[in-house]
Amino acid sequence: MCGATTGGLSREGIDVSKETVIEGTVSKDGVPVTGYVRLLNADGEFTAEVPTSATGAFRFFAAPGSWTLRALVPGGSADRAVVASLGEVHEVAIAV
Amino acid sequence: MSRNDVLVDADWVEAHLDDPQVAVVEVDEDTSAYEKNHIRNAIRIDWKRDLQDPVRRDFVNKEQFEALLSERGIGNDTTVVLYGGNNNWFASYAYWYFKLYGHQDVKLLDGGRKKWELDSRDLVEQVPTRPATTYVAQEQDASIRAFRDEAVAAINVKNLVDVRSPDEFSGKLLAPAHLPQEQSQRPGHIPSAKNIPWSKSANDDGTFKSDEELTELYQEEGVDLAKDTIAYCRIGERSAHTWFVLHELLGQANVKNYDGSWTEYGSLVGVPIELGA
Repeated sequence: MCGATTGGLSREGIDVSKETVIEGTVSKDGVPVTGYVRLLNADGEFTAEVPTSATGAFRFFAAPGSWTLRALVPGGSADRAVVASLGEVHEVAIAV
Repeated sequence: MSRNDVLVDADWVEAHLDDPQVAVVEVDEDTSAYEKNHIRNAIRIDWKRDLQDPVRRDFVNKEQFEALLSERGIGNDTTVVLYGGNNNWFASYAYWYFKLYGHQDVKLLDGGRKKWELDSRDLVEQVPTRPATTYVAQEQDASIRAFRDEAVAAINVKNLVDVRSPDEFSGKLLAPAHLPQEQSQRPGHIPSAKNIPWSKSANDDGTFKSDEELTELYQEEGVDLAKDTIAYCRIGERSAHTWFVLHELLGQANVKNYDGSWTEYGSLVGVPIELGA
């Protein structure tokens, strides 16, 4: 797939230099799992949510700053902190 | 109107999957989600292709809505149960839209597609067919839809509830963070609007909070529920979720959804805009 990252989502058509991208995958027991990922801001307020792809991949277009990712999958959840900056793609692997 | 009249849970839906009087309808932001799988016997309405005029920015007209529902097999007396992804944003939007055209018996599946999936309930690929009907819609109910002039006139007069995330309200983001941020409109919010994100009215699994929690939420945020209220967001889908909370769950009269929302207001020439929290 053109522009795809290994196991992740295609970046085709996205001008990464103008975005603050936070993306990654969710796994359970070492295996990619489908579910949902929530993006919470520095105050812990909900900002966005995406369903993961069939391979557990997710992506957000955030703004520079501190964020928390919360993965929700059947039977579990997990939080991961991330500090993001403009023009960079921040890869986060979340194990539930 | 009470919670039991407008919300159903997954057990209720599972018990009515083969009831011809009930149409379960999936409405998603990701309009392809239905093609992957869906609740058995659920049909799809595409919020963009089916509910928006293909040229002008407006809804389909009464005749087009009648043709849509007739073709999908929804009759005037059908119980319509809406569900979708994204915590029922677009299902709430469709709920409000059905009410706009006068459909009486419409309900939301509490928690929508997310809770259904997190509970590991069955989803199928088979697309059902429903026999066509002859649906008759009402004229749009102007008491639940706000337009731009009304939003401007509401500044410092009515409750304006901005249900976007705090970072969109302050102007840090222009769109929900699962979408690219490049947009043409100015960032910020309508002056005097209170920022009560839609997410505060829902639990992590997408179900609505209790009536007591919801009442407390709006009172704590300083919304005078005795006054008229206009809710808005970016394109009117998240504010339909809050319209549902205020109008359908809490039974507040005089609550309107401004579906033009920030993509319209933030592009208007000459209107006041506030930045910051």
